[in-house]
Amino acid sequence: MQQPLLEVNHLTTWFDTREGKARVVDGNSFRIHRGETFALLGESGCGKSMTALSIMRLLPGQAQGNISGQVLLDGEDLLQLPEAAMRRVRGNRIAMIFQEPMTSLNPVLTVGEQIAEVLRRHRGLSGAALQRRLEELLAQVGIPAPRQRLGEYPHQLSGGMKQRVMIAIALAGEPDLLIADEPTTALDVTIQAQVLGLLKELQSQTGMAVLMITHDLGVVSEMVDRVAVMYAGQIVEQAGRADFFAQPQHPYSQKLFEALPDMDKRDRLLSVIPGSVPPLTQTFQGCRFAPRCHRAWELCHQREPQWLPAGEGRSVRCHLYDRRVPHPQQTGEAPQPLDLAHATTGEVLLEVRDLKVHFPIRKGLLKRVRGHVYAVDGVDLSLRHGQTLALVGESGCGKTTLGKSILQLLRPTAGEVCFQGEDLTRLRGEALRRRRRDFQIIFQDPFSSMNPRMMVGDIIAEGMQAQGIGGDREQRLARVDELLQQVGLKPEHKFKYPHEFSGGQRQRICIARTLAVNPKLIVCDEPTSALDVSVQAQILNLLRRLQQALRLSYLFITHDISVVSYLADDVAVMYLGRVVEQGPVGAILGEARHPYTRALLAAVPRVHADVPRQMVKLEGDPPSPMDPPAGCHFHPRCPQASAICRECYPEQRQVASGHWVRCHLYS
Amino acid sequence: MSPLSARKGIFMLLGLLVALGGFYAGAMAFTGAKPVLLWTDALVYVLVVAIVGFVLYARSREHLRDPWRQVFRRRLGLASLVVLLAYVFIGLLDSVHFRTAVDTGEGERPAAYAGEVLSVLDLVLTPLRESSEKTYSAPFATHSFAKETVEYPDGSRARIYPRLRHGGAHLADPEREHAADILAKLAWGSLLGLIIWVLLVLPLVAWLARRWRMSWNVALGRIFRGRCDIPWWVVLLTLAVLCLLLGLALVLAPHYHVFGTDKVGEDVFYQSLKSIRTGLVIGTLTTLIMLPFAVLLGISAGYFRGWVDDVIQYLYTTLNSIPGVLLIAAAVLMLQVYMANHPELFETDAQRADLRLFFLCVILGITSWTGLCRMLRGEALKLREVDYVQAATAFGVRHGRIIGRHIQPNVMHIVLISVVLDFSGLVLAEAVLSYVGVGVDPTMYSWGNLINGARLEMAREPMVWWSLLAAFVFMFVLVLAANLFADAVRDAFDPRLRKQ
Repeated sequence: MQQPLLEVNHLTTWFDTREGKARVVDGNSFRIHRGETFALLGESGCGKSMTALSIMRLLPGQAQGNISGQVLLDGEDLLQLPEAAMRRVRGNRIAMIFQEPMTSLNPVLTVGEQIAEVLRRHRGLSGAALQRRLEELLAQVGIPAPRQRLGEYPHQLSGGMKQRVMIAIALAGEPDLLIADEPTTALDVTIQAQVLGLLKELQSQTGMAVLMITHDLGVVSEMVDRVAVMYAGQIVEQAGRADFFAQPQHPYSQKLFEALPDMDKRDRLLSVIPGSVPPLTQTFQGCRFAPRCHRAWELCHQREPQWLPAGEGRSVRCHLYDRRVPHPQQTGEAPQPLDLAHATTGEVLLEVRDLKVHFPIRKGLLKRVRGHVYAVDGVDLSLRHGQTLALVGESGCGKTTLGKSILQLLRPTAGEVCFQGEDLTRLRGEALRRRRRDFQIIFQDPFSSMNPRMMVGDIIAEGMQAQGIGGDREQRLARVDELLQQVGLKPEHKFKYPHEFSGGQRQRICIARTLAVNPKLIVCDEPTSALDVSVQAQILNLLRRLQQALRLSYLFITHDISVVSYLADDVAVMYLGRVVEQGPVGAILGEARHPYTRALLAAVPRVHADVPRQMVKLEGDPPSPMDPPAGCHFHPRCPQASAICRECYPEQRQVASGHWVRCHLYS
Repeated sequence: MSPLSARKGIFMLLGLLVALGGFYAGAMAFTGAKPVLLWTDALVYVLVVAIVGFVLYARSREHLRDPWRQVFRRRLGLASLVVLLAYVFIGLLDSVHFRTAVDTGEGERPAAYAGEVLSVLDLVLTPLRESSEKTYSAPFATHSFAKETVEYPDGSRARIYPRLRHGGAHLADPEREHAADILAKLAWGSLLGLIIWVLLVLPLVAWLARRWRMSWNVALGRIFRGRCDIPWWVVLLTLAVLCLLLGLALVLAPHYHVFGTDKVGEDVFYQSLKSIRTGLVIGTLTTLIMLPFAVLLGISAGYFRGWVDDVIQYLYTTLNSIPGVLLIAAAVLMLQVYMANHPELFETDAQRADLRLFFLCVILGITSWTGLCRMLRGEALKLREVDYVQAATAFGVRHGRIIGRHIQPNVMHIVLISVVLDFSGLVLAEAVLSYVGVGVDPTMYSWGNLINGARLEMAREPMVWWSLLAAFVFMFVLVLAANLFADAVRDAFDPRLRKQ
């Protein structure tokens, strides 16, 4: 067997914190061969990024010296190299791309200068050769008109373009190993598909190895050859992709799969991993996953499991696979079914007609209006009692603006928002303030949605106080207790501050807060996209249970198709401020008509990629809502565009019962 | 914190106030003095009450306590806080004013009161206050700085440096005994300082030992090995330095003019100590006066936007474009004329001087709120789009409540940082303004006046340098301590500088 490109042995990294030593990477070993793609998979806080930074020796300040073990690159131990020699390795033999393309590029240098820096340093190029190589690189990462782009600044590029530039910088040193730290997490699905496709293509051209760090099982399934699952600083399972997806072995891996929402699980609650990732400052006794594991028994809490081989090329850190110890029979645990007969009265709760939100752009000395951002540009929606309408689209398409303008947090420019027959856009002042108790919002970021200086109890009671409901002080406190229990928290939590809770718990508090005023409609603005898979499942379960119990209606804003398939009754797909297709979830996900919807669905990485999906590759970036293209907004990117698409915007057509499309293909 | 303990805190505070007031009134009645409440005194009391109230309020609120704990963890921050507290202590002693009764010899008749307004600090410093010489004398001098014609009992005259009335008056033969006496007093002073230090430290250590539930020895070991969360040894060390200085001052000052005397023979050390209050008052009251403008206008501009924002922005850009010194000079000069024309408004000179100080604070406050206001506007603009403010709007919470509960508490760190940073700048501004002649009343002790008085004497030969030195040393220590403390506060409160 050939020598691996990178061999990591017992890598341990620790931070000295006030609470004690935090071992963020704890005795991990793995190998990456040439040309191979290896994934580190895990939830946030598991030490994936720290592993990568330890390999590159790029740890923040004080932890610089706190690495032990071996990192062998072609047999040479990187941890023993002096810093000067290490600088020749970085960017040259190992390159890295980061999650956030917006902050990884220097905003005051042109793209060309930033790539040239690497070429000068590691390749010694200059003059015409340098210029030629720069253009070559940009062309290689699929950036059109490379010569012009070289002179542009990062702010002139879109997110996807920036990530391509980052990849070009990484490729400039012709590395043997590319470390990609969540390279597509900040990007939209269609752009993610482009970037992942590009990475694959480059890999086959250059033969470099890729260490991919991700939390997304879909990305793993599409991209990699081998997987290592990390939990609390340790690798708990290693396997080839096919084996791993066919049968994950560690209970944690199994649960990760079960917690993924999808169409088939609609009739039941998702299987969840209770709790959250433990802090790494403690000294662990026994298996780190034991407190959250559904199959744990006494031994798991007492003794730490060893690395055990489990079939060809795979190994796992779990007592279940240790033949020398007896383990108890698996206790069957069926997922809780959901009563789908909660069905609706069919009565329409919310009706949005031709809603428009335009933001004026003011320029010049006198602040004259020089144009508009057409954030929401004529949207019709309707939502029935007790149902969920999912609003799907890429970032910047106006989903959040639409949500906020329905709630009158942003006043619409035109159109009607009929809530139980009353037009909210006409309400003013006190009348609107009173009405607000009926419609509420849950935000995406659980960290910024609560005032850090208020206690949880006060946060939850705020709405009741403002609306003057919930009786006197004592009754309100009792109601707060009840709400906390309803969302799975304890009454004593009301005396704590938000920073004492994890992301999932905070989202629960936010839900409790909205429930306090007994709303009929809740706008959920990507409530789970900042959360890990296991925690996402907890929140989705909670939302569904509450919907059943309280007959809530959700307007669910998301970009995550799997969540849509699990949760939604109806789906509306937005593109550039307009709804291009809407209908029942089965119809949209199964028989999408609009080319954009199809491309969007095709771009989502599949976890079980048994059937090779046909790629409808979407080129380019979404256009700016300041200057939407004439005719159908989608035509510049549409593979099926014809002459008429360039001229006029298509009318809404019904293609099946309740299934509407705005596309000339169906007129 | 439960509402019960909040109420308890308020009661405690009120009780404390009543007790202090009672004590003060009792003391006044006993000595037969008439209390005088100057304008700045009243505001100083308000400020003290506010600070004590805030401490009680913040004690059980983790998010308020935590950054302060970080300030206390910084060694430099803690040392400068101790120094600042020493200054504040002197300033507070100097903020309790009264007029002593004059014995008119008419028994039961309503007493007459002296025209001079004294403070508690004046009482403490009586020996310094009353030991005035004829004119200049150098620090530690026994003889006057200028030659005088003296007439001897036998009728002969000579031009000599006469002995001082107070400085070194206890020495029989200054030529021989002077150095030895000072050395001896230095030794005694150090010893006294040590004793005072021990007396101060004992209760502190006892309190810490009780809090940690440890024996004395263990607690002491813990303090000096730096094993505790807050570096108490820094406090003890700073206290030691301060106590040493205090001991030296206690032993030396009654016998010598430590910082010399000024043109009219007044002790410069006494003047410098009296100037502390002026500096502190300018530094703190100005911010107290400016805060309501800055906070209210800044937050309203950022939160409401639209025409409110326009009006407030125009207001502060206009105000900002007028040179500050010009505005201050104009206001002070107008005030001066008014006060000169209405002498009947003021019972005593001190009250007049104080009103001028108060108006100087007001004027400085009005000209300096724009910077903070602009910062708060920016922050409020950002905060109004934050999710929790949006959530509150979605609940139908009223504007006033959103500002009070969500925006204002979340901009307070900016307010605090800028107040602490501004403090030293204002102390220096007072010195500059008084030097220019538009600062505090010329009769009021202040470092600026001290410098102004010493200005001309710098040009003479031999030079009179001590007034300037004294003002410089006192001001330097205060401003340095304030700046170091401000650094610590900023590091602890600024979320961008805060380490996770």
